[in-house]
Amino acid sequence: MKFQKKHFERRHIVELVIKTIMRLALFIVAGTLGLILWTIISRGLPSLSWEMVSQVPKGGYYMGKDGGILNAIIGSAYLATGGTLLAMILSVPIALYLKAYLGKSRWGDYVRLSLDVLWGIPSIVYGAFGFALMVLLGMRASLLAGIIVLALVELPIMTRAMDEVIRRMPSDLEHAALALGSTKFEVAINIITRQMLPGIITAILLAFGRGIGDAASVLFTAGYTDRIPTSLMNPTASLPLAVFFQLGSPYPEVRERGYAAALILTIAVLLVSFGSRWLAARLNRYTIK
Amino acid sequence: MNNTHIQVKNLNAYYGKQHALKDINIEIPKNQITVIMGPSGCGKTTLLKTFNRFFELNENVNLTGEVLVDGENIYDPNVDVTEVRKVVGLLAQRPTPLPMSIYDNIAYGMRIHQMKKDRAAYKKSVRHYLEIAGLWEEVHKRMHDPATSLSIGQQQRLCLARGLAVEPEIILGDEPTSALDPISSQNIESRLLELKKDYTIVIVTHTLRQAKRLADHVIYMYLGEVAEAGPAHEVFTNPKHERTKQYLEGLF
Amino acid sequence: MSDIQLNNTLKTEGRLSRPSTPSRARTDRAAQRTFFIITLVPVALILIVAVALVVRAYPILNSYNLSDLLLGETWRPNNGEFGFRPFILGTLWVTTVGVLLAVPPCLLVSVYLAEYAHNRTRTIAKPILDVLAAIPPVVYGVWGLLSIVPFVDDVLAPLSERWFGSVSIFSVTQPTGFGILAGGIVLAVMISPLIISVIFEVLSTVPNDLRHASLAVGATKWQTIRTVVLPQVLPGIVAAIVLGASRALGETIAVLMVVGNVPNIPTSVFDTAYPLPALIANNYGEMMSIPLYDAALLGAALVLLVVILIFNILSTLVLQRFLRRS
Repeated sequence: MKFQKKHFERRHIVELVIKTIMRLALFIVAGTLGLILWTIISRGLPSLSWEMVSQVPKGGYYMGKDGGILNAIIGSAYLATGGTLLAMILSVPIALYLKAYLGKSRWGDYVRLSLDVLWGIPSIVYGAFGFALMVLLGMRASLLAGIIVLALVELPIMTRAMDEVIRRMPSDLEHAALALGSTKFEVAINIITRQMLPGIITAILLAFGRGIGDAASVLFTAGYTDRIPTSLMNPTASLPLAVFFQLGSPYPEVRERGYAAALILTIAVLLVSFGSRWLAARLNRYTIK
Repeated sequence: MNNTHIQVKNLNAYYGKQHALKDINIEIPKNQITVIMGPSGCGKTTLLKTFNRFFELNENVNLTGEVLVDGENIYDPNVDVTEVRKVVGLLAQRPTPLPMSIYDNIAYGMRIHQMKKDRAAYKKSVRHYLEIAGLWEEVHKRMHDPATSLSIGQQQRLCLARGLAVEPEIILGDEPTSALDPISSQNIESRLLELKKDYTIVIVTHTLRQAKRLADHVIYMYLGEVAEAGPAHEVFTNPKHERTKQYLEGLF
Repeated sequence: MSDIQLNNTLKTEGRLSRPSTPSRARTDRAAQRTFFIITLVPVALILIVAVALVVRAYPILNSYNLSDLLLGETWRPNNGEFGFRPFILGTLWVTTVGVLLAVPPCLLVSVYLAEYAHNRTRTIAKPILDVLAAIPPVVYGVWGLLSIVPFVDDVLAPLSERWFGSVSIFSVTQPTGFGILAGGIVLAVMISPLIISVIFEVLSTVPNDLRHASLAVGATKWQTIRTVVLPQVLPGIVAAIVLGASRALGETIAVLMVVGNVPNIPTSVFDTAYPLPALIANNYGEMMSIPLYDAALLGAALVLLVVILIFNILSTLVLQRFLRRS
């Protein structure tokens, strides 16, 4: 029987060992996610209450033992929404231009390279940059400054994610429309946006998720306060900083607010992540595959 | 039948729900060139790839039945698939030199199976198989150049030599000349005709003329079934099946 | 195809390709110009960020030697002493530990997903990696604080004392669990999804024909991966790791929460450290009150930016070459 398996041949043992180690590694990665979620949920859930999500902190976020984190929830919603909208204004045209006009050209590669490089710049550097600009303009920490810096953080993420989806769109469709006499602008607006809507929405939600969780960029620029901002020029609290600042407090009651904020932030990010997946799957039915 | 090298019994293959091979029962004779023909999409390549268990490299596939090589079922759970592939070599449609030197390409399989004891033995074998493939004269001065620097036709002969170096008994060819120019094709064809005294060769082809030049034995497939199989002269001169007749007349 | 598209763009002004209605042609031209200007934004932004930081850091670069700043060991802003050395070394230690911890599992997982796993496994693994990538840094920080710091303190430190007590880089130097190792573990988890997905992408550029060529002579899967697949993509894998390292270099909040933030020169993985991003984040409040302090902190940001830009551009160029090939 010449094909009989020789189980003790060295290369078969190696194969088996490697495969087992690889599965183990995958299991560890998945398990780590489980551990993280378990830690955050088990620590945060007991602190979560109606009071926590419906009130602003009383007596100062660092010292006061009562109240909740409504200021941070609203602040983060404002910051991330504003940052995402602002990033979209630049991001959508760039992604469309890359596909409809630049294709695989040299300039297109430079734009993509610069977006990748921007993606790699840490948010603390964007924060420091924002701070430098604010000093220059005599601005104070405010919702507006936070929104602008968050938009910078989100811009490359959103654009590259859109570009990746749009790039996969078959050029036949584009060429068919061009052959009918459409201008490139019409193609961009009518064909690409419609075909790629699910991808565009996924990209926007991805950037939103990144924006809502980013702490280092808003640290300098948005400030932190107990109040809910009523104007763009007010400073504002945010969930990541609510975690960061309140965990440093000597009072356990204050720290509870930090854990609750961490849980809410995690839930928000998970919702955005799974929501975009679900939405993309649903919207995909209306496009030509 | 003593002369049978590969025997296929009740073989059914599925890609997902698509029934690609339907109840195949054939025998492939030893030391002959068997040519599998048929219109495109009829399952020629699929059938070929069940002989070296490449079929299962696709996701979502299923297979029932038996393929016996020298009477041993290669789909038996106790079978070592790498041993099967050592005995049943494959010459792919497009030449696929490995990203290493010409020398290392030939030595690759031998090293994988630790077939030789020392450097000199490897060197000798590499030369031997390059000679068999008719490539030695052209490459012996640049054995350490990357294999990709060869012409397409040379690359295919390199792949042939690489396959032969692990000492197979059967050579499968999946339209092995379809990517080559006429002269290179002819070169490969004449190699195959020489090799059949030592090896059993199974070739898939889509050109009738090539089939006529090479075949000792013909399998004609149609829509996943074997429509006709038999010695080449019989099938070509006196096809029994209506479809084969039409195909030979060039109707499709 | 690229050339044709480029030519079309250039020829829009030509007669033949002019659309039937003049107003549509005008819209197209106007749109093209606007679009083009907008694509200048990302390119310009890199320069603007760099220039702004250089301008703001200029006072300190002007009054001190660059080598004194980078190599100086003392950090006493009140006395006008700005030595970045502890912070630079802190950054390097934490990043190195993080990358070293991340690379083996990332390689194994990405090779497994690309070469062995069924589609089913991949569809399960992808959302897991996506979620790991989506978790905010501050949440990683909380996890580090609640799980990793105690784990280092209660488990790793005693283990290390028992087995590697004599090896200086593993000697337990302080009793808290906060420190380089905790920061490195948190960083390793944070950069893993990126490294895994980039290596996976790179592996998918290897044509199946090559794998089949090796399998056809009877190689096992692992032999094929080791001798054919991996050598092909080695530069891409290195680039993926460098990309991960550059992400780790700039990570702020999560590291800050577990690394101890003491400006010493680390000699052991159990030492505390004070990486550059943490320095910037912790002191922004006072930076306007002490002379040159703000210039020093923005100088720290500049150092970070320069190093990360170099890492990033190199790895991205390598990766672009790889991924375009497919």
